[in-house]
Amino acid sequence: MAINSADLAARVAAAVPSSGAECFVTPGDGAIEIAAAAVVDVVRFLRDDPDLALRLFLDVTAVDYQDSRGQIELIYVLRSMVSGERVLVKTRVDAAAPRVATISHLFAGANWAEREVYDMFGVHFEGHPNMRRILLYEEFQGHPLRKSYPYQKRQPLTPERDPIADPWPKKR
Amino acid sequence: MSDDKARESAGAQFRKAEATAADPLSEIMELQMGPSHPACHGTIKFHLRLDGENIIACETEVGYLHRGFEKMCEQGTWNQAIPYTDRLNYASPLINNFIFCEAVERLCGIEVPERASYMRVLLSECARISDHLTCLGMGATELGAFTVGFYMNEARELLYNMSARVTGARVTVSYGRVGGLARDVPDDFADMIRAAIKRTNEVLRDSEKLLERNRIFTDRMVGIGLMSQEQALSFGLTGPLLRATGIAYDVRKAAPYMVYDRMDFEVPVGTKGDNFDRFAVRFEEIKQSIRIVEQCLAQMPGGPVIADNAAYVLPPKKDVYGSIEGLMNHFKIIVEGIRVPAGEIYFSGEAANGELGFYLVSDGSGRPYRVRVRPPCFYGMSALETMVKGYMIPDLAAIFGMVNMIGGECDR
Repeated sequence: MAINSADLAARVAAAVPSSGAECFVTPGDGAIEIAAAAVVDVVRFLRDDPDLALRLFLDVTAVDYQDSRGQIELIYVLRSMVSGERVLVKTRVDAAAPRVATISHLFAGANWAEREVYDMFGVHFEGHPNMRRILLYEEFQGHPLRKSYPYQKRQPLTPERDPIADPWPKKR
Repeated sequence: MSDDKARESAGAQFRKAEATAADPLSEIMELQMGPSHPACHGTIKFHLRLDGENIIACETEVGYLHRGFEKMCEQGTWNQAIPYTDRLNYASPLINNFIFCEAVERLCGIEVPERASYMRVLLSECARISDHLTCLGMGATELGAFTVGFYMNEARELLYNMSARVTGARVTVSYGRVGGLARDVPDDFADMIRAAIKRTNEVLRDSEKLLERNRIFTDRMVGIGLMSQEQALSFGLTGPLLRATGIAYDVRKAAPYMVYDRMDFEVPVGTKGDNFDRFAVRFEEIKQSIRIVEQCLAQMPGGPVIADNAAYVLPPKKDVYGSIEGLMNHFKIIVEGIRVPAGEIYFSGEAANGELGFYLVSDGSGRPYRVRVRPPCFYGMSALETMVKGYMIPDLAAIFGMVNMIGGECDR
């Protein structure tokens, strides 16, 4: 069964009416956009529906659109174990206080993926069992993949030494 | 039978007596393993809770090699991201290069010449062989089988030499370009590959004999680190880790890209999802990759290796120095970058460790708005906590070896 975005959006909208599912265009994949409050229900439907069988978890990631729309987009990527096709599920949250429910109880892999999104974008996943940073260290301030985070900013844990002005003591 | 029962109950009584006595050894011990440990393929930390030598809980800490890959990709042009992709999986950099280029090309909607596609498949499979040789050789070395490690390194060395001859670098290749390849391959290319394959076949034969019935090896492999199909799917395991559980899922078959649809090869699967299956799947995949390489060499078409498209591809040097249009074109592409049409794409291919996905967002300017890489071994590492539970510390080294965590890719 080929997954068609429009068809998929209709099925999701029928199964989870609160999702307000609509399709969007991306080359090669089935893609739908849903309301943030319906993420858990939609992902559960996509996973358990026998025709779709999107049982392989692939990814959760985000894109920062704070400057243009004041939003952060979250993208959930799943793959069908029936047809081998991939589906992107997109939702938007407010960039000022981004919050969304976790899907880590539906897919074990989402545990680390959501931690990374939290680490990099500051999106808080409600109900996540271990909402901590994953790639960066605990003391890190800010969320570096936000567009507002300057890429040259440094946050050393120990003061950095200028090797020219303050050279390593020479051996006698 | 009655004797056995008597002995069993005596043993049970002894254990009961042992448990009630205040034995300091029965306490749960916490052990920090890493971040720097000989059995850790990169810098990684395991926070273990141990009952004797048995692992009852493991918490994995990754991120020591985080270099801000995704943030840095947003700072340069699309082509400037290619060298960063080399540094993702440094055991098979060519695959990363090509999958990234393929993703950008699909976003731009440009066609790659046939020869470039064949060359990409050929070099990807060589990279896959060298990645698997690294993983298997090091995995065996960690269990004491140094000979296998050295044999496999020897075969890998021939592939690295080939890579150096073709791309100019052993690891930091940067050979892919949006639209094709940086340059055509040298004349002795096919001979180098054939020599490397000949040696690889010999090495596989020898290693199989050394390991197959070796107790030290099989005791740490067979039935260790079990993972069910449901768990594997839920954790997002792909590649050899998923196939070891018996699911014949390979991106090269499920959604063929480049010219994989013209290749005749099989997808080896395991039965139980243990360490040995992971080893055996990689072992068989090397043989399948060799088949693909041979088909590519036989079918290799002639022609250009990069698309003739002035909007995305640098003009030939003859035009840059010989005409004002060529010079301007070169300047525009270098300074402003290629103008990838606004849009988004998720593209994935089969890297040596599993499904390597790129989610690219372009806003129509010369720079990527967002580059997300889906690293296969990041999810493998997240499943490691479940995989090692109930096994022993020496098993941890074996299980970790078969997950084949690559720091550059896991931590980005």
